Amino acid sequence: MHFDLNDEQREIKDTARNLLAERSKPAKVREHAEARSHDAELWKGLCELGWAGIAIPEEHGGQGLGMVELATLCEELGYACAPVPFLSNALAGLAIEEWGSDEQRSRWLPGIASGEARGTVALDPDEPALVADPEGAAVIGIPVGGSPRLVEPGEAKIEPVELIDATRSFARVGADGGDEVPAGPAHRGMIALAAELTGVAQKALDMAVEYARDRQQFGRAIGAYQGVSHRCAEMLYDVEESRSLTYYAAWTADAEPESMPLAAHMAKARASEAAWAVTTNALQVFGGIGFTWENDLQFWLKRARVAGELLGTAGEHRDRVAELAGLGSSEPVPA
Amino acid sequence: MDLTLSDSEAAFRDEVRAWLEQNSPGPAPQGDDEAEFTFRRAWQKKMHEAGWAGLSWPEDYGGKGATLIEQSIFNEELARSGAPLPANVLGLVMGGPVVIAHGSEEQKERYLDPILSGDEIWCQGFSEPESGSDLASLKTRAVKSNGGWKVTGQKVWTTYAHEAKFCMLLARTDSDAPKHKGITYFILDMEQPGVDVRPLRQITGESEFNEVFFEEAEVPDENIVGEPGGGWQVALTTLMFERAGLGAAAVMGLASAFDELLEIIKERDLTDDPVIRQKMAKLKISIEAMRFGALRALTATMKNGIPGPEGSLSKLQWADTNQSLTELAGDILGIEALEPGGTWSYRLLRARANSIEGGTTEVLKNIVAERVLGLPKLR
Repeated sequence: MHFDLNDEQREIKDTARNLLAERSKPAKVREHAEARSHDAELWKGLCELGWAGIAIPEEHGGQGLGMVELATLCEELGYACAPVPFLSNALAGLAIEEWGSDEQRSRWLPGIASGEARGTVALDPDEPALVADPEGAAVIGIPVGGSPRLVEPGEAKIEPVELIDATRSFARVGADGGDEVPAGPAHRGMIALAAELTGVAQKALDMAVEYARDRQQFGRAIGAYQGVSHRCAEMLYDVEESRSLTYYAAWTADAEPESMPLAAHMAKARASEAAWAVTTNALQVFGGIGFTWENDLQFWLKRARVAGELLGTAGEHRDRVAELAGLGSSEPVPA
Repeated sequence: MDLTLSDSEAAFRDEVRAWLEQNSPGPAPQGDDEAEFTFRRAWQKKMHEAGWAGLSWPEDYGGKGATLIEQSIFNEELARSGAPLPANVLGLVMGGPVVIAHGSEEQKERYLDPILSGDEIWCQGFSEPESGSDLASLKTRAVKSNGGWKVTGQKVWTTYAHEAKFCMLLARTDSDAPKHKGITYFILDMEQPGVDVRPLRQITGESEFNEVFFEEAEVPDENIVGEPGGGWQVALTTLMFERAGLGAAAVMGLASAFDELLEIIKERDLTDDPVIRQKMAKLKISIEAMRFGALRALTATMKNGIPGPEGSLSKLQWADTNQSLTELAGDILGIEALEPGGTWSYRLLRARANSIEGGTTEVLKNIVAERVLGLPKLR
């Protein structure tokens, strides 16, 4: 029994933290958010290091590692709020690996693993579906007439959508044709999003604590006042619950798949709720300056809100948790 | 990361489970404090005979030298079997470990065995009417008198004082020293004329706690643990031991209350109610987050040797969750949950103490803010 990252996983996480601290500073995030662009140079660098293929089998050109390793990268990319198409591509890789035919896997996974022919998938159940980072993607997984398909950009109708999170681009994508794929619930995708949200929340907590130590009012640091310090303690509680549930869920995906559905819904519900609570509490700690465009917290707060909605809101996931915890389905049984 | 039990941990769990199946007495009788304590005393004797009482204690002192994971497994299985904690829980979890860590050879020889067997019950005299969260401001005084000390003052919230042979007592021995430095840790004999125990009646109607009055109560020099004036450090060890390993039992208690509530919801055909579904899901998520938080803390403690201040976080999570759970049950059961003496009315009221006992939620947040987040101190 060992509930912590092992030495190799810790090294992946530390390396990612240091690299992103160096190459994806808040000023860089702001520059790309204001231009609504990806950081192409950073993305190329991450792909050269093999990040895009971390959880894709070696036979398809990936590193063959598991969900725990992927979650550590998602957490650190969330911590940096990095404007790269990592998550959308990773979700496409997870879906095609889990549900695709041998032919579909051989065709798409190598490009996803190298990052040279990215994928992206639907993040809501609507048609046309919401997808992230559509421009330049080689394959898009969306529902067509209620059945999941893999479509290529040439056969898709792509309508860009601007959301408040400008560190990521979005579009509504529909198609008529496409290649059928028997996709089921995106539990692994939920876990990846929960990991990203955990990182987002951790960064907002770190920013708030640093500010509360420095900012002086009434002759002392505001972090000495319990109105502020207790709020920060509650933020830590949110971050740590989110992290415990996320890493447990990532572990079930690798080691105990029968426990994964409940674990994934719990993680996504808690992480969505926690990231919004922590980023908004951080804004309250900052006070007026946190509400200004010049303050960087806004990028994490907006990421928290949007990512919290993707693949289902906290309330929707809680309803699934209730079902799997013994209350039964709230949906009428389909005929 | 590996959340499966190792072969030896799984074997340990099987051994514990098999023993409890044969020997667990089930729940203690409720409503009669004396009968309950007698039941738990007999239960401890049985645990001791099988070697389980001093699970965490080193083998040299009659224990089993169990790892933290094993203690956690044992407490989880114990809670699952419905059996109560042993009668001398304060002696086993705090008194014994403090004597082992800071006591003299003579003290180890004298006190440890009867703690394990439950023949001598221990209580803890820390809190005072004017020293709750600010424990180091305590006023109970011990004055030197030939060959020993005379203790005068008042303690409060003293669990098991009416059953106890010994009290782990913090008293001020030097009023000129800074407040943390003038405190001494004594083992005081409760069976003497200078000690008066009065039960404290709670809002639930029962009396788990007592007030204890000392009027020149006597304690010999050899009953000091550690050095005179060194009691604060000794007490800190006690408080750290208080929580290590008990997290799993607390989670198990919540999980079985959740299952009971689930049955009530099913019986009343309320499983489709969207508000109840959301609240039950939140409870489930909190309980599971605590379970995994406790496992992360155990892993960290096994690596670092001592429990970290993160334990404060799980204590306040537990209080929050238990209060929410009993409130939801109250909402669902309505007026019938409000009859005195009922299971859920008792739990609803008893849960209000959870955010006060063992460190108020406010003090725990101070600890988290200062010691985990590194925010400046208010004082």
